[in-house]
Amino acid sequence: MAKTLVQEFTKGLWEEIPPFRLVLGLCPVLAVTKTVENGIGMGVATTFVLVGSNFFVSLLRKFIPSKVRIACFIIIIATFVTLVELLMQAFTYPLFLKLGIFIPLIVVNCIVLGRSEAFAFKNGIARSLADGLGIGIGFTLALAALGAVRELLGAGTLTFWETPIQILSPTIQPFTFMIEAPGAFVCLGLMLCLMNLVESK
Amino acid sequence: MGDYVILAISCILINNILLAQFLGNCPFLGTSKKMETAVGMSMAVVFVLVMAGVGTWLINTYILQKFGLEFLRTIAFILVIASLVQFVEMFLKKSIPALYAGLGIFLPLITTNCAVMGACLINIKEEYTFLQALVASFSYAIGFGLALILFAGVRERILLARVPKPLQDTSIALVTAGILSLTFFAFKGMV
Repeated sequence: MAKTLVQEFTKGLWEEIPPFRLVLGLCPVLAVTKTVENGIGMGVATTFVLVGSNFFVSLLRKFIPSKVRIACFIIIIATFVTLVELLMQAFTYPLFLKLGIFIPLIVVNCIVLGRSEAFAFKNGIARSLADGLGIGIGFTLALAALGAVRELLGAGTLTFWETPIQILSPTIQPFTFMIEAPGAFVCLGLMLCLMNLVESK
Repeated sequence: MGDYVILAISCILINNILLAQFLGNCPFLGTSKKMETAVGMSMAVVFVLVMAGVGTWLINTYILQKFGLEFLRTIAFILVIASLVQFVEMFLKKSIPALYAGLGIFLPLITTNCAVMGACLINIKEEYTFLQALVASFSYAIGFGLALILFAGVRERILLARVPKPLQDTSIALVTAGILSLTFFAFKGMV
């Protein structure tokens, strides 16, 4: 059954929200979510690449021979990643430094390549745009949520526009485990568990 | 010589590419359900990562930096890795069919393995010399294999345990990975 444009958009927000439903693209999810701000920045950068690559793959889908499609997708994606890199260097330099090598690594983010292969190559331009935007916003929300939980428990603050806001009273000893590497895995695992619980109700 | 040993240890244990730098987590969760696939993936990564590390270092130093084309790094690196994977695949198919059959589908999957691309980018960022880049690439790959095979062993045991329903599959795998990461965390500050 064909879905409407709105449905294509909203499925990315809950039904197929990455990285929970589609367990893809975990690396940036785990690595950059030390603060809310980093999470949102990474999410927005990925959304930009996702929408751009979905648009071009869908536009050119009649001209791309299916044998070399993966190589073509990668070139389109790499072009958009380079654009994001240059834009972030120009306008949000501190954030660019914090995200470091994870910006160029959007190229090998399986979500982006996965959407090109599974969706944009088979669907029209408008639907591909809706799909890219939906999945991208879902990804941003997931990153922001994970970042918020980790930062709140690990440092007792929430960072927006480079100013940490103290949420928990400073007398509470922060649970530093959360912002270290092992905490990322455990926190994501428990969030996934929580989501399964909500779903099964 | 001693410097290279320290570099190797720090790349394998302290800055383990999977558990401390969070690179290559998709194949980490995807191929760790069985010991057999984990070993295949680790071998393929060792093979490709060393070649990619050397190749991208040469391209970066002698082409991109020489002509001031650093902004093309992302595109150049991914093309090098993709064509390298393709080349290795064809070469193995022709000359070492046994190894090709062993690695199977893991070879093409490596193109989108961010451990490979990530390690190449780290080599450039840390401004390693050629020999250092070679040692670092090899050690990162070994570290990847070590963590992946350890994790696959643990996961095979989890299959036998009764896990509460909401925690099943990926969820418990992530929590397990967290505990494994905690053990590697203990190496921090060793060098």
